Amino acid sequence: MTDMLQITNLHKTFNPGTPNENHVLKGVSLTLKEGDYVTVIGGNGAGKSTLLNSIAGTIGVDSGEIRIDSVDVTRLPEHKRAGLLGRVFQDPMQGTAAKMSVSENLALAARRGKHRGLRWGLPKGENQEFIKALEMLGLGLERRLDDKIGLLSGGQRQAITLIMATMQKPKLLLLDEHTAALDPKTAAKVLDITDQVVNQSQLTTLMITHNMNDAIRHGNRLIMMDEGRIILDIQGEEKKKLTVDQLLKLFAQAGGENALSDRMLLHN
Amino acid sequence: MLNIVLGAVSLGLLWAIMTLGVFLTYRILDYADLTVEGSITMGAAIAARLIYDGVDPVLATAAAIAGGMAAGWVTGVLHTKLKIPGLLSGILSMIALYSINIRIMGKANITLLKSDTVFTGISALGITGQWAVMLVGAGLTAAVILFLYWFFGTELGCAIRATGDNEKMARAQGINTDTMKLLGLMLSNGLVAFSGALIAQNQRYADITMGQGAIVIGLASVIIGEVLFDRGGFLRRFFSMALGAVIYRIIIAFVIELGMQPTDLRLFTAITVAAALSIPNIQGKAITLFRPRRVSAGCAVQSK
Repeated sequence: MTDMLQITNLHKTFNPGTPNENHVLKGVSLTLKEGDYVTVIGGNGAGKSTLLNSIAGTIGVDSGEIRIDSVDVTRLPEHKRAGLLGRVFQDPMQGTAAKMSVSENLALAARRGKHRGLRWGLPKGENQEFIKALEMLGLGLERRLDDKIGLLSGGQRQAITLIMATMQKPKLLLLDEHTAALDPKTAAKVLDITDQVVNQSQLTTLMITHNMNDAIRHGNRLIMMDEGRIILDIQGEEKKKLTVDQLLKLFAQAGGENALSDRMLLHN
Repeated sequence: MLNIVLGAVSLGLLWAIMTLGVFLTYRILDYADLTVEGSITMGAAIAARLIYDGVDPVLATAAAIAGGMAAGWVTGVLHTKLKIPGLLSGILSMIALYSINIRIMGKANITLLKSDTVFTGISALGITGQWAVMLVGAGLTAAVILFLYWFFGTELGCAIRATGDNEKMARAQGINTDTMKLLGLMLSNGLVAFSGALIAQNQRYADITMGQGAIVIGLASVIIGEVLFDRGGFLRRFFSMALGAVIYRIIIAFVIELGMQPTDLRLFTAITVAAALSIPNIQGKAITLFRPRRVSAGCAVQSK
């Protein structure tokens, strides 16, 4: 097993030197093995999203190093890392282009990280592949290839974003609370699809969630962040036996009681 | 009467290319680009100056397109590399182009009396005057539309569309959104300058003020095209832009015929565009005003 993601001593401060200075990442180090499916929990402002965004290159880091499959991407702009990463965002509107059709969106994703030239952007033969990928979702979306994505529901769009993120196998799949904006039933369905997609291609995955139950139920490893640090890292047998009560106790012991947000507790 | 319509149609076909340029930035890139005001004059200035100096009109028109693309590139660099807000980037280019265009012409206007133009080129076929303008205008507009249809079907064109639709998504798919905006602005202003070069050759003069209000004329044409014809695919959308430009010219010809002062035209156009842009919002508000309020499903789910 090789290390798919190696993060070493990552620091990030927003608005340095101003009254709004915010030291969000305080020396985060994290290594993911190939095939690891890691859930990330933590209160508001713990640094979860900042961590994901610095891996994706949406924000630059102050110091530290990020390697994806041994490639140092720390200084690489966002669009140049995209070939290595699959991403699904919290807002279902952000993962797809609303005014473009389902098949046009999928065609864009099929070329993620590749050179885009003057070849036809949507060859006829490609639709067969797309239909196959969409059938797997069981949502009937394979019959809506020519519909504008904007006509679909949030859950449908999130499911398509998942397909787009993984149709070209990424080195690392980044899920940023991708079910938080969905109603509970749709959220459960999208999580099922997530498990299916991740297991099928043995994808190395980092999934942020605010739901402790989901964090326990999914993946083979759980990390908890608080005030810019990773304060818990549970995997293997220990994670399988974990309960929400234990998790809360562990969290308190690790010194994070003040960071438990109402939102996290409410959802359990 | 027929003459008025014929004149309006041929003029509309020349402005159609400019309208397509405005459509690219305003609708596809989602960028209100004011460079247009300067680049349409620039196209006219370059073409007029070169033709005046004896250069072949086709070559002069090609040079005008290149000039417009350069102007679009500058706006793009100001916006993407130097991080100046989009609207302001366009205004800066527009202001700078005023000086540049006077430098190009050497004075505030150039009149082309007996020079050949792209329209006199087909007089050998026995087609002259208004009909030549209409034929050349229609042919060039159709060619531009077919080119755009092809281009926006390619991988590169799709990447530009994705950038205008959802920048975050585009970057996540590995698209260099800065480069795409730059390309889109170059293409758009190239078309606008192309249109300016044709207009100057048709009216046989170029004037430093001819670009004033061009963006609003372009937007008015875009909106007319969308309201009247825009349904379905990309090819149809492009054609509806050209039709919008022609209809706009016919409307203007008629209001002038009805006695409106030409100097009041801009006020008329601005009010029309403001109304067209605000009607959907006002309609939306009116509907919510008259509908009983109810708790949205989204809220109900979150507070379970």
